[in-house]
Amino acid sequence: MPAPFTGPVRFLGRFILSGLAHLGRLSLLVAEVIRGFAQWRIWLPRSVAEAANVGGGSLFIVLMISAFAGAVTALQAGYQWQSSLPAYVLGGVIVETIVLELGPVLIGLVLAGRIGARYAAELGTMRVTEQIDALESLGRSPASHLIIPRVLASTVMVPVLVVIADVVAVGAGWIGVKEVLPITDWDFRYGAQYFWRSFDAWYSLIKAVSFGCAIGLISCYMGFNTKQGAEGVGKSTTAAVVASSVIILLLNVLLARILLHS
Amino acid sequence: MIVLSGVRKRFGEQVVLDRVNFEVQEGETVALMGPSGSGKSVLLKHINGLLRPDAGSVKVDGLEVPTLKRQQLAELRTRIGYVFQNGALFDSMDVFENVRLGIADDSKYRDLDYARDRVRECLRLVNLHPDEMRKLPAQLSGGMRKRVGIARAIAGAPKYLLYDEPTSGLDPVNADVIDELVKRLEEELGVTSVMVTHDVRGAFRVADRLALLYDSTIVLEAPPEEFRASADPRVRAFLERDFDSTSFAA
Repeated sequence: MPAPFTGPVRFLGRFILSGLAHLGRLSLLVAEVIRGFAQWRIWLPRSVAEAANVGGGSLFIVLMISAFAGAVTALQAGYQWQSSLPAYVLGGVIVETIVLELGPVLIGLVLAGRIGARYAAELGTMRVTEQIDALESLGRSPASHLIIPRVLASTVMVPVLVVIADVVAVGAGWIGVKEVLPITDWDFRYGAQYFWRSFDAWYSLIKAVSFGCAIGLISCYMGFNTKQGAEGVGKSTTAAVVASSVIILLLNVLLARILLHS
Repeated sequence: MIVLSGVRKRFGEQVVLDRVNFEVQEGETVALMGPSGSGKSVLLKHINGLLRPDAGSVKVDGLEVPTLKRQQLAELRTRIGYVFQNGALFDSMDVFENVRLGIADDSKYRDLDYARDRVRECLRLVNLHPDEMRKLPAQLSGGMRKRVGIARAIAGAPKYLLYDEPTSGLDPVNADVIDELVKRLEEELGVTSVMVTHDVRGAFRVADRLALLYDSTIVLEAPPEEFRASADPRVRAFLERDFDSTSFAA
């Protein structure tokens, strides 16, 4: 009869082994990507097309979400601080909240769903229909044809979309707060400038670049390692979105600790 | 020349290939038959290095495929055209781009004039009109997709052609067209071919030699007459079952 702790130990062992296997395969994929960079004639035009596709396709949802998020941030900040602080402080609070946190994280999570699901489903379908095998059998590198363009597109386009989201959200917040509080444009601008540090923009951009790279790499990895037909494509798509979202949240904490408190 | 000796492959607990010996001489066409799930496609994928054996040797032109470095393997693959079961065409690319990807030499691949001529020539060899070049795979019938897959495989002027069930899922007329094509490519291009198939009738029409993969191993490898005359019960069972179903369909 097995000891009572065998089950949990076995589960933990399998969990650790599976985690290590993922790490190993991800490292191999990264190595492939690095090697594939030499074939710039292949990945460059595909990256440009992919970036245009990802950027153009995500713009509407990014504009919608950032406008609503900016307006709600302003309304809630106005509700909490309507009489306890000078009005200009709200300008700083709204801009800083959006640029430091809301813009990159909210847009990162939305794009993890939109771009991550798309990449994983595309590559997963290509894997189960043997298109990736076909590419390899033609002596061509899947990294330079399929992975680098996608990782680069998301690494470049997520920051671009985050900057657009920041601008739209701040604009929506500015309009929103003026609707509910007697704050002037001068107050809002003064507050925003008073609390602003140029590093804030860099911080937002660094986060966006990291999130974009993580989304691209993780979803390509999940799609590339798809198994077992349509069910496998479904599983890897879900896993890509979940894993990208979790990594974004982890990176968010990590970058805040490293960049803001070191 | 392709030589597999003592090849073993297992996926988890399931042994798919067990001490398989298989040989293909230059210029011949060998049909590899066997029941579904017997490991025919797995064997084929060992030849161009898409899979590595757990044990044994896979040699193509004297090169030990599983030990080749990345660059050497990519180079070898340009000499081996692989025709996938369902075409494995790239959905997002039109027929021209799909076939163009098969051009092995990078400078020729980038030369648009050469690529256009080469794609046109390959489409002609597989009986497709150049007007089909701008169509996407989704706009093609099953038989046309298979022929585009063959056109892509021959675009790099390979020395070997590996066909993974080229006639599966096709009606008898289209299956005959593909069989004719395999035979014609062997004659016109002088390629050495390995064809994995269920279709006994097609295999006898096309192949110089036939092999039966059964129970994870090759039970017989022989010319058509010898294969047909074999008294091995596994060969008889396979042939008779297929002939029965063919006569039933007719």
